[in-house]
Amino acid sequence: MSVFLQTEPFDPGALLTAFSVGRSETGAVVSFTGLARAEAGATTTLELDAYPGFTDAEIGRIAQAAAERFGLDDLLIVHRTGPIAPGEAIVFVATAAAHRRAAFEACDHLMDYLKSRAPFWKKERGPAGERWIEPTAADLADASRWDTKETS
Amino acid sequence: MARVLLFGRLADAAGWRERIIEAASLSALRAALGDLVEGPGIQAAVDKAIVRGDMALTAASEVAFLPPMSGG
Repeated sequence: MSVFLQTEPFDPGALLTAFSVGRSETGAVVSFTGLARAEAGATTTLELDAYPGFTDAEIGRIAQAAAERFGLDDLLIVHRTGPIAPGEAIVFVATAAAHRRAAFEACDHLMDYLKSRAPFWKKERGPAGERWIEPTAADLADASRWDTKETS
Repeated sequence: MARVLLFGRLADAAGWRERIIEAASLSALRAALGDLVEGPGIQAAVDKAIVRGDMALTAASEVAFLPPMSGG
């Protein structure tokens, strides 16, 4: 299980290839890549503020709980911080499990957490200036789906 | 005394991200920073752990003030 925060761009395909090799008991690998949107020209740069040593530890704690809850073989989270241009990958999550359902659900769960509750502070810059972004109602509703639901 | 870190909109509001401030406790530090670190959802972390009450600070303490987290 690995969690990385980095300011440098990453190649999601290369991460997925490296994550998938050498697994003889894993039947399913699911990955998600999140890209920065331009919002029809309204956003020229996204900037993610993080607290190194705190943000990665908090994400690691949630990742460990998810690995246990869904019975994962392994997982990988890579998250950009700092300035991010539209079209660049912001986040990559890969989950590995014996069967597909656990891998799909764990990836979905981890993304809902990362989008709504992870310790990041997000600013959008565009022609109209800059503003700090709070999680949307949809992000919070997505995350709350996992609060009471138990997997069998 | 403590090394104080601000994140997100708190850093923008203060115009700094990191500063050494003379304070013997978290409550004394909050008083010194005033309105800057008061408001709904603002949390304090001492040495990277969230602290809800008061605690003594030393020269080696790292205190971070965290506005509501937005997710990535």
